[in-house]
Amino acid sequence: MSAGFAAMDALVAAPLLLPLAVGLLCGLLPQRWVRPASVVGALASLAASVALLAVVVQDGTRSTGFGGWDIPFAIVLVADPLGAAMAVIAALMGAACIAFQCSGVDAAEETPTLHPLLHLLLAGVAGAFLTGDLFNLYVWFELMLVAAVGLFIHQRSRLLQEAGFKYFIVNAFGTLVFLAAIAWVYARTGHLNFAALEVALGALPAHEQLALAAALAIGFLLKAGAFPLFGWLPASYHVLPTPILALFAGLLTKVGVYAILRVWGDVMPGLPLSANEALGWVAVATMVVGVLGAAFHWDMRRILAFHIVSQIGYILLAIALGAGEGHAAATFYTLHHIIVKANLFLIAALMVRAGGDWDLRNAGGLWKSHPWLGLLFLVPALSLVGIPPLSGFWAKLLVVREAFASGHAAWAAAALLVGFLTLYSMMKIWMEGFWKPRPAAAATPAAEPTLPPLALATCTALAALTVAIGLAPDGLFRLAQAAAAAMGGTP
Amino acid sequence: MSWLLLLGVASLTSSGIYLLLSRDLLRSVIGLTLLGTAINLVLFTSGRIGPVQPPIVPDGLAALADAANPLPQALVLTAIVIGFALACLALVLAVALREDEGTDRVDALRGTEPGEGEDGKPLPMPMPEDGEAPR
Repeated sequence: MSAGFAAMDALVAAPLLLPLAVGLLCGLLPQRWVRPASVVGALASLAASVALLAVVVQDGTRSTGFGGWDIPFAIVLVADPLGAAMAVIAALMGAACIAFQCSGVDAAEETPTLHPLLHLLLAGVAGAFLTGDLFNLYVWFELMLVAAVGLFIHQRSRLLQEAGFKYFIVNAFGTLVFLAAIAWVYARTGHLNFAALEVALGALPAHEQLALAAALAIGFLLKAGAFPLFGWLPASYHVLPTPILALFAGLLTKVGVYAILRVWGDVMPGLPLSANEALGWVAVATMVVGVLGAAFHWDMRRILAFHIVSQIGYILLAIALGAGEGHAAATFYTLHHIIVKANLFLIAALMVRAGGDWDLRNAGGLWKSHPWLGLLFLVPALSLVGIPPLSGFWAKLLVVREAFASGHAAWAAAALLVGFLTLYSMMKIWMEGFWKPRPAAAATPAAEPTLPPLALATCTALAALTVAIGLAPDGLFRLAQAAAAAMGGTP
Repeated sequence: MSWLLLLGVASLTSSGIYLLLSRDLLRSVIGLTLLGTAINLVLFTSGRIGPVQPPIVPDGLAALADAANPLPQALVLTAIVIGFALACLALVLAVALREDEGTDRVDALRGTEPGEGEDGKPLPMPMPEDGEAPR
């Protein structure tokens, strides 16, 4: 084995080994070194995953097996364009949320376990994106679950404990269902490796493939927050401190979506079309229910939490549209959406710091005191709606165009209608939070509150990425197409 | 043997789900653990239920006649360890909740839900209590 080969193996494993190592380090270092180590570690894993993506885009899919076994018997990490791009975006979110945490706006209490848990969560997410093995996907899911529950309860608070318990019970049930599905898949095929499963599952009769795909999807859909399994999400997310909330909102549900895309799109490309039809209607229900929930609420965190559900529907719809263009649209949508969603939560926290309130009925008048914050909010908000020239426009265009092209006009109509309702709900936040005069009953802020420059810089950088993707979408689009082409079942 | 396992999985699953659906903190944690045990048994049986024959393929033969596949046993071991850790975490959480809430009824956990105002709209979230980090 040459030295160059070993370096490549290390690069494939780096996006998940680095957060693991940094997490351990943060647990061992004295308190005053934890923050610098955490920030440097997050930037290092971002650099490593960008390097991996560059190599993968240049030279194609990279994989590495552990323990000197041959594939498919070794436990493998596979970095294809989809997995590597998701790892980059996960590391980016990690860096942004840790920066926001350091700025101190609505920050989590800096307990000794905070930074280790954050990096453990990032390691779990990166592991799920890079693994090439069904059982290891389960292990990474469990790691994410433990880290997420840890982040709920690391600071003693009644509300956080309650939310953590709700989150835990439902999500642990989801992973158990996934484990049962793995047992079934293994009993029928004798494989767990994705590449080997693709061959072995393809040889099974169609009805059995459908049953296995459905069994696997239940756990994933629960994790993704799809209709009707999304109840845990708006019941728990909104009490989290903002940096953790943005990290969860950006990444955790998308891991479930990614798992569906990977298993249905890549591992089971020969799945009968009825599976896609069913997923499409689940996606439509998810979109509609999510956006209606958002329209009902007045607490910004709840509104945005319901929008997570709604947007998950769009991504699932893109997956349901099938190999090729559908998968490319799903990849594009996921990558753009993670940035936008996390940024919305971060900017909402800035609005509260600037003198607003989480509850919109008690907020107002921010346009007078912080006009640039109003403009900053509009970037991710309008991108979420899908207004050109922001990134969300291209993402929605890809989904709706493919829905029409494949003859699913009803799905396209639902997607467009939900877009209008999303606009209503985003404008509700903007009109109530920024435009309307400050209600007399609300307490006036003591002095003109200053916003920490680090927090503003983080939000501005994420908004700039959204604008950049919107103005020059072809780079990301080509990446999404390469990701779709590297998956199985591409026509 | 297979009937015994089948019976075990069935009874563990049903009692696990029954407890999971109950409105009691500790019961639901125990239900989750029982369900996890049932699924571990399912995973175990996915590698065939063999006798004590070691899983070594003799020279010249391609497959084993009557030995169990050892891989699912390794998987079950991993799943047991993870399940144990999760059960511990959940028990600690349940006990802490019971101490803070003064009750072990799941129905009492309404703190994260907004109340309904007179106009039918959701009430604002309660402000964090004293002693918590300022939000």
